Amino acid sequence: MSYFKDFKRGILKENPVFVMLLGMCPTLGVTTGAENGLGMGLATAFVLVLSNIFVSLMKNIIPDKVRIPAFIVIIASFVTMVDLLMSAYLPALHAKLGIFIPLIVVNCVILGRAEGFASKNNPLSSMMDGIGMGLGFTLALTLLGSVRELLGSGAIFSHSLVAENARTMLLFIMPPGAFLALGFLIAAVNRLKGAK
Amino acid sequence: MKKLESTFWNMVLVLFGVAFISSLLLGIVHKITKAEIERAQMVKQFKSVIDVLNEGFDNNPGKEVVMLLNDENQELECFPAKKGDKLDSVAVKATTPQGFSGNVTLMVGFLADGSINKISVLEQKETPGLGTKMTEEKFKSQFYGKNLENFKAMVKKDGGDVDAITAATISSRAFCDAVNRAYKVFKTYKSTIEF
Repeated sequence: MSYFKDFKRGILKENPVFVMLLGMCPTLGVTTGAENGLGMGLATAFVLVLSNIFVSLMKNIIPDKVRIPAFIVIIASFVTMVDLLMSAYLPALHAKLGIFIPLIVVNCVILGRAEGFASKNNPLSSMMDGIGMGLGFTLALTLLGSVRELLGSGAIFSHSLVAENARTMLLFIMPPGAFLALGFLIAAVNRLKGAK
Repeated sequence: MKKLESTFWNMVLVLFGVAFISSLLLGIVHKITKAEIERAQMVKQFKSVIDVLNEGFDNNPGKEVVMLLNDENQELECFPAKKGDKLDSVAVKATTPQGFSGNVTLMVGFLADGSINKISVLEQKETPGLGTKMTEEKFKSQFYGKNLENFKAMVKKDGGDVDAITAATISSRAFCDAVNRAYKVFKTYKSTIEF
């Protein structure tokens, strides 16, 4: 059952955001709402699975010294293809996620998994690792987005829970709030893990 | 298969190969999707034109589009809607560079008497959760039915009549700026073209 282990690891034990602190730029930048977090997470997970599979397939024909530029080219190509295909065939979804997609290229979770896992393992476990890490990333971003949206605009997934003119903590929508919320979430996750 | 050694020629060939195949694939995908992307953008713009115009026109505004220059030499598109031969309303596409992060493009619909019918946001990159509220009816609807002759499209902080979005004054200013640009071109349109 090592494939299942590869899958499970990314979700909590080695969660890319809460434990490895990878991909902080999109994590802090786009999580102003639960919906944005979910969208960015899923888009990243999709690219992560594809790039993990391909990097793993090509690991033997890429010489060690040029592996990073080769991985980046592979990742960037996938991102651009996803961007083009989405804007052509799913324009409604693209209107929502469009701004996040170019950001995926600079997401170090993807390069980190390509370098740290896929370049050393077979395609199937790399795929499972990609799915697990992708889900873990999505989970973390959605959670952070929910907390910030709830505190900052009194809503969850754009469904408002408070009165029209309620005074919400706007700080949490703005960049400093991202750091604060992430800090407390990491503390909570550490507590949870320690309790087990 | 054994891992390739990091010799000079191996590295050059592999990098060249990876880059070549990637660009080839990207070129192909670009070619396939190009027409479809343009069509999707046209549909989006067309929908917003229909949306902001007064209902019940019987011409094709997209076919009768007029390009007009404003005082900053920007070309703005005007989509006239007619009932019979009479001009009923005009949709003007206006862009301002004053957004919080980049351009804000609006489609503003004017009735023949110069009052605003409806506004639709075509493009914006404002802060999610703050400036993006400009796309919501709650903010836009304060412009509806107003005539800019006696409604100052500026935020209250600047002495105008517009309630700014909380914590997004710059985005609100940009929105007002785009509306004013559209109105200026609408006036030019009104004075130069038959009414």
